[in-house]
Amino acid sequence: METTAKYKRLLPPMRGLARDFYSWCKKHELRFQKCSACGTWRHVPREMCPQCGSFDYQWAKSSGRGQVFSWATTTQPMLPHFADDVPYATVIVELDEGVRMATWVVDIPPDQLRIGLPVEVIFDDVTEDVTLPKFRVRRPA
Amino acid sequence: MHPLKDKACIVGVGETPYTRGTDRSQLSQILHATMAALDDAGLKPHDIDGMVLPMPMPTAEHLAANLGIPDLRYTASSNIGGAAPVAAVQTAALAVAMGIARHVLIPVGWNAYSGAGVRGAGRGGPVGLPPSFGLTMSEYYMPYGLAVPAQWFAWLATRYVEQYKVPLEGPAAVALAARKHAHLNEKAFMRNRPLTMDDYRNARMVAQPFRLFDCCLETDGACAVIISSAERARDLKQPPIYISGAAEGHPLPADDIPGRKDFFKIGLYFAAPKAFEMAEVTVNDLDFVQIYDCFTHIVLLELEALGVCKPGEAGQFVQHGRIELGGELPFNTHGGLLSEAHVAGVNHIAEATRQLRHQCAERQVKDAALGVVTGFGDFGDGSLIVLRR
Ligand SMILES: [Zn+2]
Repeated sequence: METTAKYKRLLPPMRGLARDFYSWCKKHELRFQKCSACGTWRHVPREMCPQCGSFDYQWAKSSGRGQVFSWATTTQPMLPHFADDVPYATVIVELDEGVRMATWVVDIPPDQLRIGLPVEVIFDDVTEDVTLPKFRVRRPA
Repeated sequence: MHPLKDKACIVGVGETPYTRGTDRSQLSQILHATMAALDDAGLKPHDIDGMVLPMPMPTAEHLAANLGIPDLRYTASSNIGGAAPVAAVQTAALAVAMGIARHVLIPVGWNAYSGAGVRGAGRGGPVGLPPSFGLTMSEYYMPYGLAVPAQWFAWLATRYVEQYKVPLEGPAAVALAARKHAHLNEKAFMRNRPLTMDDYRNARMVAQPFRLFDCCLETDGACAVIISSAERARDLKQPPIYISGAAEGHPLPADDIPGRKDFFKIGLYFAAPKAFEMAEVTVNDLDFVQIYDCFTHIVLLELEALGVCKPGEAGQFVQHGRIELGGELPFNTHGGLLSEAHVAGVNHIAEATRQLRHQCAERQVKDAALGVVTGFGDFGDGSLIVLRR
């Protein structure tokens, strides 16, 4: 874990619903909004349920399991903060609950990514304040 | 019949030279393009009484103060990135058809090569993220190193290529056709700069699957178009080009790419049927298409959204010269963003207008009578206009 001052990559701004989402991550829990009225899971966090219009929701705990849906492999530095990481893939993972999120799959190189690859969440305490959910390949036990 | 069909026309188009390197400010570029469009239309600056602006800067106030417009009675803006100029044509058409304004200016210009980009990622990283999607990006994508269009559209393109087994020859055909057309256009930045299949294949990877020549240019320059009512258009210098159909559309949700249930349903998918219905034509009636070509794979998705081919088939369709001049459906006859210049697709509107006026000399589509211009921007917002002579 690094101090915020030493961490070179970008951090999410801790405000509003993003602060709520990442606060659960800091406790090593992946939680998404789940509509209290119709039960629909959603991500990115929103004020209302786009499905039914309800303002009521809980932060429901995800299984943390999902599969690779798509990815973008960055092969030349686009942001100075990630120059040392090239090549890296920003992966879309579809969780078993149906929501999808941008993340990293940490234990395989970008060229081994495949649609449908089973993955599970891990938590990377990147600074003393921020924990980012990332994923690793899920292997049969 | 749709009440807006053929009620407004494109009456003037103009641009600056497209360069890499300039002494002009962004504002100066836009004013020069505006004067060229006014001259084309046979109008004077004081004739402009409306503006629809597809970019936040400069403002209508800046433009009016420089042009000396005595009575600017209508201004609006469209903030959907590369989909904004074509969407602005719809807004301008409404204004002139209803008599709110007589002549509406739609300008775009920037020094995208020399200066900082006006939107998002210029050289050295993002500056001032657009409010439409900047929140999602800064909170949920940027911590994972994703912040520029080549990256976020790579999400679409990667899945598209994997799911439909799109051959390299598909996006390549788009890049090569655009370059071939640019050689016939003296305004095109890439004129006389040859591009071969080997050049395409061997170029550096920018963000997979985008190679260098899958990506649009960065250039300095501006382009402007002027919209007037059909009645007024008939008395102006150029043959009127009628706006027969227009629509915009948005993916669901528009502000988050991963969260889309229907991943390939870009905004154009929702907009296209509406514009064709308004114009009372089908995609089979078109003599050409000017497609927003930020990336070659996006052109493929747009062709499918227009209904030119079925999902996953555009990569085959575009091969064998079908989208080149003389082919089944010529695309981007000026070279587009890939090979003419990047002025957010206002150049596509200008080119469609000149094609329908039959002013395109050696790149003229024979007997061109009906064409489409598309816009594509932000996280996949879409727009299109159906134009006829
Ligand atoms: Zn609900």
